[in-house]
Order: sequence, then C-alpha cells, then structure tokens
Amino acid sequence: MIEVRDLSKTFETDDGKVEALQHITLSIEAGDIYGIIGMSGAGKSTLVRCLNFLERPTSGTVEIEGKDLGAMTEAQLRATRREISMIFQHFNLLMQKNVIDNICFPLVIGGMKKKEAKERAKELLEIVELADKASAYPSQLSGGQKQRVAIARALAANPKILLCDEATSALDPRTTQSILQLLKEINKKYGITIVIITHEMSVVREICSHVAIIGEGHLVEQGRVSEIFAHPKTAEAKELILKGSGTDRRTLEDRQKELMKGKCCVRIVFSVNSSFEPVIANMVLKFGQPINILRADTKNVEGIARGEMILSLPDDRRVQEEMKAYLAERGLAVEEVNGYVD
Amino acid sequence: MWTSDLTLMMLEGVRDTLFMTLLSTFFGYVLGLPWGIVLAVTDKSGIRPNAVVYRVLDVAANILRSIPFLILLILVLPLTRAIVGKSTGAAATIVPLTIAAAPFIGRMIESSIKEVDHGVVEAAQSMGAGTFTIIWKVLLVEARTSILVGVTIAIGTILGYSAMAGVVGGGGLGDIAMRYGYYRYETLIMIVSVVLLVVLVQIFQTLGMRLSVKLDKRK
Repeated sequence: MIEVRDLSKTFETDDGKVEALQHITLSIEAGDIYGIIGMSGAGKSTLVRCLNFLERPTSGTVEIEGKDLGAMTEAQLRATRREISMIFQHFNLLMQKNVIDNICFPLVIGGMKKKEAKERAKELLEIVELADKASAYPSQLSGGQKQRVAIARALAANPKILLCDEATSALDPRTTQSILQLLKEINKKYGITIVIITHEMSVVREICSHVAIIGEGHLVEQGRVSEIFAHPKTAEAKELILKGSGTDRRTLEDRQKELMKGKCCVRIVFSVNSSFEPVIANMVLKFGQPINILRADTKNVEGIARGEMILSLPDDRRVQEEMKAYLAERGLAVEEVNGYVD
Repeated sequence: MWTSDLTLMMLEGVRDTLFMTLLSTFFGYVLGLPWGIVLAVTDKSGIRPNAVVYRVLDVAANILRSIPFLILLILVLPLTRAIVGKSTGAAATIVPLTIAAAPFIGRMIESSIKEVDHGVVEAAQSMGAGTFTIIWKVLLVEARTSILVGVTIAIGTILGYSAMAGVVGGGGLGDIAMRYGYYRYETLIMIVSVVLLVVLVQIFQTLGMRLSVKLDKRK
C-alpha cells in the first residue's frame, strides 16, 4: 500500500543543513493501523508529510499502491492526494466556514456539485455523531468535536489512506479515547489504512497493529506492536515503552491500594550495597512465613540509585515487629505505610 | 452669510468626494488585490515561492509608496490627461488616487493573507487543492475579516488623499476647503467642509467595522 524506500530529507536553514530524516525504509500494508512514534523533533511529522509529498523528500521514493509519487506531475499528485486524507493536531478547519461547508470542502475541490456534497456531508456527520452541529462554526465546538469534524472532512472523498499527525495530542485523555475508538471503527468498517504519528506510546498500544520508532531522523525499530512491546531491542524503544506506561501505572497503584487495605505494610529503602545479601529471601526462610511484595522500584535519589520496596507482612502482630527489627538490623530504612501514595 | 447656493455647493462637494473616494478605492482594489495576493503567494513562506516576482512587486510597491502624494499627483498628470481628457476635477483625481492607493492596498492584502493559519493551507494542499483553489477558497475566505478592516482603512486614507488633491483643483470637499477657506479666508466654509469630511470618515469606519465583525465567525 505504502512503500517508503531509502527516504532522506534535508532542510536548508540559516544555520546550515538539518538532516531531518535519513534512509528510512518501511512498508505499510493495506488495512494496517500503522503507528510512527518518536520523541518530539525526531522527524516523524516530516516523515508523514513525505507520504503525501507535502514535503518533497531530498532522496528516496514513496510509492502509493505501486505508483511513485516523485514521478508524478503536479496534477497527478493532486489527484493522488485526494485518496490520502490527513488530520492534524490543531484540526486545521476553515474557521470562517460552518461544519457542513468544511466537510463539503474536499468534495467541492474534487468537482462535486454543492448539493450532492451536502448530502454526503450529512452522512459523514452521522458517522462522527455530530449531526446536530451541521451549521455551527468551528469556534463553537470543543477540541474533540473539531477533530470529529476534521475526521468527517478527511473521510468525505472516500480516501484509501488516512494520515493522522498527532491527532490526539491536543485533546484530554477521555476525548483521546473516543477519537481513537472512532479511528479504529473507521479502519474496521471502511478498510481505510491509517498511519498515526504520535509521541504517546499509549496511543500506539491502544489501536496500532504495527509501529515504527523514529529517533533523530533514523528508523530505529519496526514491527508488530505486540512484538516490540514484549521485546524492545533498542534503547529508544525501551524508553518510549517505559514513558508510555503512565495509564497502566495508575491502575496498578489502585490495585496496590486495594491489596494494602487492612494489611500491615512497610516500605523499605536500601542502597546498592545491601543488595549483596538476599535480605528478603533470608527473612522468609528464617520466619517461615510468606510476605507479599506489592511494589519494587529503583529511584534516583541525589544521584544515587536507591531500591524501594513495599512489603505486605503477615497478619501476626509479633511476627510483624520481629520482621521490622530484622530488616532494620540489616541497615535498611523501614517505615510503616498505610494507603501508599507515590 | 450662509446661502442655499452654499448648501448646494457643499452637497456637490460631498457627492464629488464620495465619487472620487469610492471609485478610487474600487480601482485601487482592482490593482491592489492581485498585487497583494501575488506578493503573499510568491513570498518565501508562500504557497508558490518565486523570489524574482516577489522582489519586483515588493520594490515597485515601496517606490510608489515613498512618493509623496502631492508629487505623484503632478507626476502622473500626462497619464491623467490621456485617460480622463483633463487634469482637474473629481474624475481626473481618480487616476493619481488609484495609483497611490494600489500599492498601499496591496500591502494590506499581503499582510491579511499572511495572517491565515498555515495549517489550514496545508490541510487544503493535503486534499489536493491547487494554487488557485487555495487562494480563492482558503486564503481569501479565511482572511475575509482582516481584508474588510483593510477596506475600511483604505477608504479613510483615500478620502484624506482626495481632500489633499484639492490643492491642485481636485474637486470635492478638499477643493472647497482649499479655495474658500484657505485662499479667501472664509473660515465658516472651511470648517463646514472639514466637519463633513470627519463625518464621512466616521460613517465609513463604523460601517466597515460593523460589517467585518458581523462576518467574522471566529468568535
């Protein structure tokens, strides 16, 4: 569907050349939801603009359904772009036109009669669940509603590909969810190939089937999301996965709090040295009682790595006290915690 | 004392001033609108960058705008005679007024168009819109409010220029203020002319701003 081969893009700026993208090769199959993820400034927005030639690559090729965009005339390129829609972080709606005229816009450009275009636009408003906003102006809509209008506009000309450039980055988490669900639906129902540019791993995990990780202009890793998620190979992939664990961590913490209810819990902190002795394991052996590790983490405190654990101790009061004493003897900071908060 | 003849003269002055101002604004936009569009479109950050075209129009606008209006009025006299057939009166003043207004209007159009969010232009490009479609359906539509504010400013400025043309027999209220008030020391006539000019500017300003606010859908 989309074949990118050895694509590089160099920008000439006043401060000299900036190599935004270098030797990117990737292929996106029809029906995929393909995520392109990277830190800001990694070049992913440039990459997505190369997919419809809003940016012309300095070298390399982009083929859409076997047709090389670089070899096209201006008119052919415009015709091809009608099959590749795009939505944006800041929606980019015409602020002086109402919702229905915004959706009609690509159709009118394509030469459809105004009346026909309006009919089609109404259908699309149903799909994005905004039928009652047809004559509203973008300034009267919320961010999520604006993005829905933008999606309706993008779908108007029956595209085969939908490019999403940080489409949820300006939205709150709940709206993001609803937009992602809508995109998922569109992909399923109409078989539209979706390319999603994002810096949020949660977006990729939520709806993408495949992902490419871009770091400093290079493609560092690509493959199925499940595969990369389970076995990230590169430092960039690992970092993004860790950063993207935000939502999961919250649910984990909720679970921790559940577990800690009515239990005696202690938080222990140990420095690197104390890890030579398997303190916890020895303690379990010595007391012959199980303890539950609710959380283990390392934190950087004043430049020194510190281990932190939250242990749920057995119910027996006497054993609890003895265990605390045992831990304290081995140089660990022990502190009782109730309803742990990070 | 004030006579009905004087009232008639003042009314004719208002009519001539309106005639000059509105026609010059119209012709000013006939020239200035494409001028400004081409400036905005061919600029480095425009949708069809073209350094040569931009530079030529840019320099031409600067040159025309730096010539004092009174000098321009005299400089273009031969052209005025060729087009209108005479060099004094309201109709003749339209020629230099248009020439003075066009580059100024062009600059205002340029700046109005440059205010349009680049993202919207990019969205249109991604839909396969060509240069002309983007100009007509995106740039001019999105810049509408700003362009209307510009029209209001242009009318006020051209009205002021038209009064200045009174010095060389340009017709209209400026001409009356000059001939009666300045040369003949008839202060009352001068004051009435000036008050009428002020009222006209006020009317255009108010109407223009109201219209532009009404047509602005961003709020």
